[in-house]
Amino acid sequence: MATDNLADKIPDFNSSGGKQGGNGPVDVSAIAGIRRAKGIKEIASVLALAIVVVTLLEFILIWSNTEAYVFPKPTSIIQSLFTDFSTLYWKPLTQTVQTFFMGLIIGATIGLALAVLVTLKPGLDIFISPYIIILVTTPMVALIPFLMLKFGFGMTPRVIAISLATGPMVMINSATGFRRTNAELIALGKSYGATEFQLFRKIRFPFALPMIIVGFMVGSIFGLLTAVGAEMVGGGMGLGNRLIYFSSLVQMSQFGAVLVIVATFGVGIYSFFTFINRKYASWDV
Amino acid sequence: MTQATRIKITDVSKIYQTETKTVEAVKNFSESVKDGEFVCVVGASGCGKTTLLWCLSGLHPATSGTVHIDGELLTKPLPDRIGMVFQDSNLLPWRTLIENIELPFQIKKKPVNRELVDELLEVAGLKGFENSYPGELSGGMKQRGSIVRALAQDPEVLLMDEPFGALDAFTREEMNLFLLKIWERTRKTIVFVTHSISEAIFLADRVWVMSPRPGRLSRIVDVEFARPRHIDLQFEPKFIEILKSIREDVEGSKSGKGN
Repeated sequence: MATDNLADKIPDFNSSGGKQGGNGPVDVSAIAGIRRAKGIKEIASVLALAIVVVTLLEFILIWSNTEAYVFPKPTSIIQSLFTDFSTLYWKPLTQTVQTFFMGLIIGATIGLALAVLVTLKPGLDIFISPYIIILVTTPMVALIPFLMLKFGFGMTPRVIAISLATGPMVMINSATGFRRTNAELIALGKSYGATEFQLFRKIRFPFALPMIIVGFMVGSIFGLLTAVGAEMVGGGMGLGNRLIYFSSLVQMSQFGAVLVIVATFGVGIYSFFTFINRKYASWDV
Repeated sequence: MTQATRIKITDVSKIYQTETKTVEAVKNFSESVKDGEFVCVVGASGCGKTTLLWCLSGLHPATSGTVHIDGELLTKPLPDRIGMVFQDSNLLPWRTLIENIELPFQIKKKPVNRELVDELLEVAGLKGFENSYPGELSGGMKQRGSIVRALAQDPEVLLMDEPFGALDAFTREEMNLFLLKIWERTRKTIVFVTHSISEAIFLADRVWVMSPRPGRLSRIVDVEFARPRHIDLQFEPKFIEILKSIREDVEGSKSGKGN
């Protein structure tokens, strides 16, 4: 018995109006909803399939006499991971991790702060949004050559690029989350005399938390992309640089090993935020 | 014996301005509610009954006219004197039932009135569910929880906006009985918006019938059935008679103006 008539609609206290519900322009939140295997049996069968796939790949490469420079064997990659880890991969890994986290922390802090700002002052939205859209849609790796001219070959240009890649993602998703808050809930809080700050802390923020977590997840994945991409462009540091280095020397086992490390890093980010999501936002289904 | 006037509505109009049009949701509404009275507001969809309720809450000021609560001009929400219950229970899904009931106390920075909360939970049949999350409760339980949350603040006035509109018929009857039980105990002043005429007659001392576009008070019906009321009341001829006459009013106001 819902009505389309205005008079019976719940009055909207948010002057930016009509923007509630739905997800932001960059809806990648589906990634947070992938079903995971449950129970020993399911997990075992998923692992078994993975082993079968890798083994099969190994045998296909052996049978077809594929040279290592065309496609390295899984065994040689695994072997390289174990024997060369401390000598070849540990240092670039720490370099990438370090730049990644610095960029993430700076970007996410600014992104979250901007999201809070546009929520409390909806009028600012129209001024900030265009830049956010530009930053979200432009690959930040493209800025690296320019940033290197300004800031040299150290960590700085990469940290800047990573924060520019993560910040807008965090901002867009968080702002959407804050806006998603049900107008009735806000009215309820106001009817109990809640201040803007109390509304934010008790209602808006917890309500937005699932979206904020998704923003952090997607932002981190974009950040990793930018980190590795930036290292490939130049600077002589990190896992991205190793990828270029090993492929130019046609050391494909080592190349594969770096790739596995990068992929593990990415999956690690995903798993971490999925865990956080389950722990703190499980009410949101 | 004359009771004090709790709510006095004087010439209230509310105009909504949208990008494309102007809507007169409520026009020149004047009435008052006595202390401890149970008033139901009925009318067709879009007759402005919800808007009227929001004007009484102090959340959404009237465009013109005044609302007085206990003789005091209403300009902002009165957290200690007015409680609100919405169609949706609006329990925060990340808080347990008891944490939801404690929320208003936290907002007001006041100690939780354990005695009252316990008593209300008992009456609402929610004992033992304090630590359940809203997602684990039925629709009726959630709505009872939201009523407990409002009443735990011990407000003088309870404003209810179609609180049982989303529930099935059986749960709704149950909720009506629950509400009457708790009202007879606490004697709060209640303004209850509904589009169910029989619900309105069953609950109210007086029914305000509103007609739409612009929303105005078209008729006041005194309902003089003895209390406590039994659920079978709705099958009595007198009840059906009142039901029919209000129904004609509501239907008439809908088609009569050709809009």
